[in-house]
Amino acid sequence: MNAPNASGWKPGTPVEGHNAMSGPDTATGNRALMLEEPLIFEIGHAETTGVDLPEPQGGANRLGGFDRAETIGLPGLSEPETVRHYTRLSRQNYAIDLGLFPLGSCTMKHNPRLNEKVARMPGFADVHPLQPVDTVRGALEVINELAHWLIDLTGMHGVAMSPKAGAHGELCGILCIRAALEARGDAREVILVPESAHGTNPATAAFAGYKVEDIPATPAGRVDLEALKARLGPDVAGVMITNPNTCGLFEPDMKAISDAVHEAGGFVYCDGANFNAIVGKVRPGDLGVDAMHINLHKTFSTPHGGGGPGSGPVVLSEALAPYGPLPFTARDGDGVVHLVEEENAAEFDHTKAFGRMTAFHGQMGMFTRALAYMLSHGADGLKQVAEDAVLNANYVLRSLEDVLEAPFGHSGPCMHEALFSDKGFAEGLSTLDLAKALIDEGYHPMTMYFPLVVHGAMLVEPTETESKAALDQFIMALRSVAERAKSGDESLKTAPHYAPRRRLDETQAARKPILAWNDPDMA
Amino acid sequence: MRYLPLTDTDRSDMLEKVGAADIDALFSDVPEEARLSGPIEGLPMHASEMAVEKHMRRLSKKNLAASDAAFFLGAGAYKHHIPASVDHIIQRGEFLTAYTPYQPEIAQGTLQMLFEFQTQVARLYGCAVANASMYDGSTACWEAVAMAGRVARGKKRKVVLSGALHPHYAEVVRTMAKFTEDEIAGAPPSLAAKPDDDGLIARIDENTSCVVVQYPDILGRLPDLARIAEAAHEKGALLIAVNTEPVALGAIKSPGELGADIVVGEGQAIGVGLQFGGPYLGLFAVRDEKHVRMMPGRLCGETADAEGKRGFVLTLSTREQHIRREKATSNICTNSGLCALAFSVHMTLLGEKGLRRMAMENHRLACLAADRLAKVPGVRLLNDSFFNEFTIRLGMDARKIVRALADKGVLAGVSLGRLFPDNPELADGLLVAVTETTSEEDIETLASALEGELA
Repeated sequence: MNAPNASGWKPGTPVEGHNAMSGPDTATGNRALMLEEPLIFEIGHAETTGVDLPEPQGGANRLGGFDRAETIGLPGLSEPETVRHYTRLSRQNYAIDLGLFPLGSCTMKHNPRLNEKVARMPGFADVHPLQPVDTVRGALEVINELAHWLIDLTGMHGVAMSPKAGAHGELCGILCIRAALEARGDAREVILVPESAHGTNPATAAFAGYKVEDIPATPAGRVDLEALKARLGPDVAGVMITNPNTCGLFEPDMKAISDAVHEAGGFVYCDGANFNAIVGKVRPGDLGVDAMHINLHKTFSTPHGGGGPGSGPVVLSEALAPYGPLPFTARDGDGVVHLVEEENAAEFDHTKAFGRMTAFHGQMGMFTRALAYMLSHGADGLKQVAEDAVLNANYVLRSLEDVLEAPFGHSGPCMHEALFSDKGFAEGLSTLDLAKALIDEGYHPMTMYFPLVVHGAMLVEPTETESKAALDQFIMALRSVAERAKSGDESLKTAPHYAPRRRLDETQAARKPILAWNDPDMA
Repeated sequence: MRYLPLTDTDRSDMLEKVGAADIDALFSDVPEEARLSGPIEGLPMHASEMAVEKHMRRLSKKNLAASDAAFFLGAGAYKHHIPASVDHIIQRGEFLTAYTPYQPEIAQGTLQMLFEFQTQVARLYGCAVANASMYDGSTACWEAVAMAGRVARGKKRKVVLSGALHPHYAEVVRTMAKFTEDEIAGAPPSLAAKPDDDGLIARIDENTSCVVVQYPDILGRLPDLARIAEAAHEKGALLIAVNTEPVALGAIKSPGELGADIVVGEGQAIGVGLQFGGPYLGLFAVRDEKHVRMMPGRLCGETADAEGKRGFVLTLSTREQHIRREKATSNICTNSGLCALAFSVHMTLLGEKGLRRMAMENHRLACLAADRLAKVPGVRLLNDSFFNEFTIRLGMDARKIVRALADKGVLAGVSLGRLFPDNPELADGLLVAVTETTSEEDIETLASALEGELA
């Protein structure tokens, strides 16, 4: 094996015939550091508690006769047992902290630890959303400062900060479009969405009461502008376009698309999931976008946390900004930041708000982290983020296109992610098999089978926080499994071999769902 | 830049490898007129870790932290003590920096945690199945309403909201319903010692898909859920119970036990912290398994691997947007995973015994506070029943009092004027929450401060 980098370092490989995983069974089922861990329901007890609280003292009871008499069934663990339980569980997870996490469209970049520290400052972590505003001016300033960064980076007019995640932001944007259309007495029924879109796009449009129609793509993986123009008309409320799109390509006709949609009386929603590729390089506002959500947990690196929480502020054009939801923040002439809610909306000339998307003011914990991220990078660093993310993706694309088919590789550079297909794999081997083999190589797989427009799609997003050496090792690993897939290596079908679990039976899980633990003694 | 590992040498080597003359060659698809030539003007340049920390600390210090005041705010967000180990565990990189567990073989940590979390929530709520969490209580509430519409197959379009539902939750439901053609039948809240269960029941009819009732309600009172459930079921409607203070369920009967069909709520009180309103933790459960396939959001289920070992996966995803697209049960994608972990760790530390003790300590101190405040001249206690939050009437605009007391370092509670600005008849109401973090000294501080203001 060639050394993957100039230093001459190469990963250890097992001596022939000595598979590290083979060997005698153990009495515990553990394999040294690979530790099996039971459920809390199997190790905890109703009588154990890891929190010292006073014994109930009797006395007054004003519960209105609703006292809970039955056992709840919640096991407790002492603190040492609790820490050990969750530490053991944590070790069964892959994470960015462990290695490159090339999930396309998901933007798994390093999460700076300063941001964790900042979010825990008492003035942010320990304030109640309904405190008198004079006691939370600093928190409001954070929201306002972040809002201005987002507006400046996107060249838009306003921003709704409260949406809780990307899909919630999409809904917010589409509701703004709907409110703007209704305000001019223009009931339109259709939202156009490219086939390559994230599933949340059509789901959002449908949730907001629209019919969803597909926009066709060109052979180069872009929106077919002429087909789009032909479909536009008085029934089309707007389009939802992801740019850069889910094939990892910039839509060069974006401005022409926006102009055509506006001409036809519709609005342009941009799915900003991939904003990290262009932040500081181009402003969506200059391309005619009316609304775009920004996943703070992608572009601005708030941690994914095993599936959330996210945060999805929506930047809005001048045409849509008046309809943005409450609450939001506004800075007055004296520099004081106000919280604008239902009761003072008129004072801030914001009476057309379409309503409220969530109880409070949005994901404050994500705002503090994202703001610290932006301040750390600055305007110059954010531009570098986009450039390095795009460079890393192109490096992966060009280093592997001889072994994996890159369906759009011929059409020019990609943006922040490289897309491959399963063309050329041996009969019976699939993208899933390759992905599971990559797990054995110590990597989280790339996004699989998405976008839907490419057969057996593999979408690789390395992000800008990977070094060249890390990319080289990943490329070597992916090359190796791709070659095995092409040569028909049957051992791929049973991969992963070295993970805490072998392939899990998802069919059985769905056919007979077990969604909560049932005490076998009580069954 | 400390977060970017590429060196300039790497960059030029890599540009050569990809065959690009310079970095802008990789952005050639961006029309030249839209491409920015330098860093965006008006924004600062990069800053050191020390400088950013200093800036953020300055902003943090402009806020009055709950722990630095005698603190009595609730109304959907509660201050409880969070054991130190909770924050330690959620900061482990394997949890913090993992993605949604779509590759279950290397995500058993998150998946087993979610399975445990779902079970804890289901038991707390008295339900068969809970999902892996939603954004927060208010959005979970709307998702429950939308689900009730699906259960009724769109044939029943009326949604009856209790007047004592958190007004922000009601506003979220109203906002979303504008776009789904559901008819929202709300009611103004009334300042009575008991919730208006009769009035609510009278509004349920054959066209009602669901009735939404908060328990304990926004004024801290306990509605008779069992009676409302019976009335709803008689008309073929579902009862959606909303709980914003899960600690209460260590002391009072679960909504599922009382007949609620869908139970949703805010889980923030356990493990998550105040955080100025987010991120929080939406809880969502159904009493009867038959409704599972109508649920929104992620679900984790048990299965086995190829060697027969127990393992967990995300399941029933044919309900979800990434498979079903425009036919999905919801557009939700992200859940509130790390907050669910915090909740689950805190709940594991508490266990049944700890939760019950915590609940009873909350109730004891709340009773103490209610009795003490009722002795302040000019103050009247509204509630017949409550858990750890109750309403007092001050005989004058409570917002003014709240502001005046804040200047003295006392965060007295949430004025009903702030929550219900359109209902001036509620303006003298003050919602006071008391938890195990409240000391008897804090109660005395509030009482004497009120005495000073009302005199």
